Amino acid sequence: MRPYQLWISFYTMLRKDIVRMFRIWVQTFLPSVITSVLYFTIFGTVLGSRIGEMQGVDYMTFVVPGLVMLAIVTTSYANTSFMFFASKFFARSVDEILVSPTPPWLLVGGFAAGGVVRGVLVGALVLIVSVFFTGLSLSIHNVLVIFGFAILTALVFALAGLVNGIYAKSIDGINIVPTFILTPLVYLGGIFYSVHNLPDWWQAITYANPLFYLVNGFRYGFLGITDIPLSVSLAVLLGMTALLATVNWYFIRTGLGLRQ
Amino acid sequence: MPTPALEIRDLKKTYASGTVALKGVSLTVPVGDFFALLGPNGAGKTTIIGIVTSLVNKTSGTVKVFGHDIDKEFEKAKTYIGLVGQEINFNPFEKPLDIVVNQGGYYGIPRKEALPRAKQLLTDLGLGEKMREQAMALSGGMKRRLMIARALIHEPRFLILDEPTAGVDVELRRSMWDYLRGITAQGVTILLTTHYLEEAEQLAKHVAIINKGQIVGAGTMSEILAMHDEEKAKKHAYRGGKLEEVFLQLTSEPEKSSV
Repeated sequence: MRPYQLWISFYTMLRKDIVRMFRIWVQTFLPSVITSVLYFTIFGTVLGSRIGEMQGVDYMTFVVPGLVMLAIVTTSYANTSFMFFASKFFARSVDEILVSPTPPWLLVGGFAAGGVVRGVLVGALVLIVSVFFTGLSLSIHNVLVIFGFAILTALVFALAGLVNGIYAKSIDGINIVPTFILTPLVYLGGIFYSVHNLPDWWQAITYANPLFYLVNGFRYGFLGITDIPLSVSLAVLLGMTALLATVNWYFIRTGLGLRQ
Repeated sequence: MPTPALEIRDLKKTYASGTVALKGVSLTVPVGDFFALLGPNGAGKTTIIGIVTSLVNKTSGTVKVFGHDIDKEFEKAKTYIGLVGQEINFNPFEKPLDIVVNQGGYYGIPRKEALPRAKQLLTDLGLGEKMREQAMALSGGMKRRLMIARALIHEPRFLILDEPTAGVDVELRRSMWDYLRGITAQGVTILLTTHYLEEAEQLAKHVAIINKGQIVGAGTMSEILAMHDEEKAKKHAYRGGKLEEVFLQLTSEPEKSSV
């Protein structure tokens, strides 16, 4: 395929996913917004007022970047894992793309892009909701870091969701990973606390959690504070992107989990 | 000798379960042909189609589409193929027009070009009034026609139809035959699998009969029909068309004859 045809194929995949997510916006956008309202109410207003400050900032302000990141991570992951699994398992409509000359790397890119769009849009909605709870007091330290980390994080988890969607053999297969792996990683990734408040042994475990690096980088963009250097966070993010993109490409190219 | 539309050499497939689906199939479909691949359920027809369209991994052998190896030049080979699969495999929540236009997009056809083409195809196939309704609302025959429209959006030179008229009523089936005849008249090569043997007899120039993963008979339609053995046919309790009786003769005696 020529570059223009590759672009058309990519655009088709992305457009189709965006049309779908807006058609069923009650399922794709609303749940994360409602969940974030609950988090802001409970952890911010109710508990946050008792906690006071974290790393020198108001607890509600501290927790906002983490909650936005939580929404991006879970949404981008769910979008690709379910989208791909549904197209493979229910109607087998993924064959529409598999029989076409669309190369495997572009198929990975097309599905991941849908996850990125939904993840970033939901993140933006949660950020808007946070304004009502923080009273416009949320600071912005570096816009570029905020956007960069939001997009890269959505990409990483969209790619992770795609691995899950490709390899899952039943509907349970796409629920197990978010429930038993993703959720613990998210909650232990420093969304609600600073790693410096933890005992040494727990700090050591937290450093092995990839979510910790993403939340810290994102929080740095808003507050200018971080538990670890920004370059380390970025390196972890880029490394995960490269690894997951390669795994997905390999799965599609060889048909692992897809072709008999 | 001109490059054939499809050239399969010693194709073998063993599934992970251990089932041997193909035991070394060789097949040539000439350009412009209407080729019928016949066989009983589980003979290996859909496996062959799956391998040619890269939906199934082969164990060994070579497959070339218009001279392009599906392993080495898979993108090029795929541009020639339009597939109408055996199972209904589109998203039922989408509209027929979107399904066909999106399929064009996967082949690199821009929307502004794909839209009029899709509308024309859907209208030609009798789906003009349904193109903006949800696909799930279509009848079985309409869904089959939608799959034909989808397979033709990129104007393929090689159309593969895996039991396209299964479950379709007689009148509609005949109108689909007319449509397919029109496509071959435009130079499109067709590979058809069907359990309706009168359909193959009406449409096909060449026939291959596969049984238990092996080709047991292949040739022009007249060559295949010439294999008819009246004495053997008499042994069956029921008599059918000539092709049907040759089919039964060959599939009940596997690994016997080849033209």
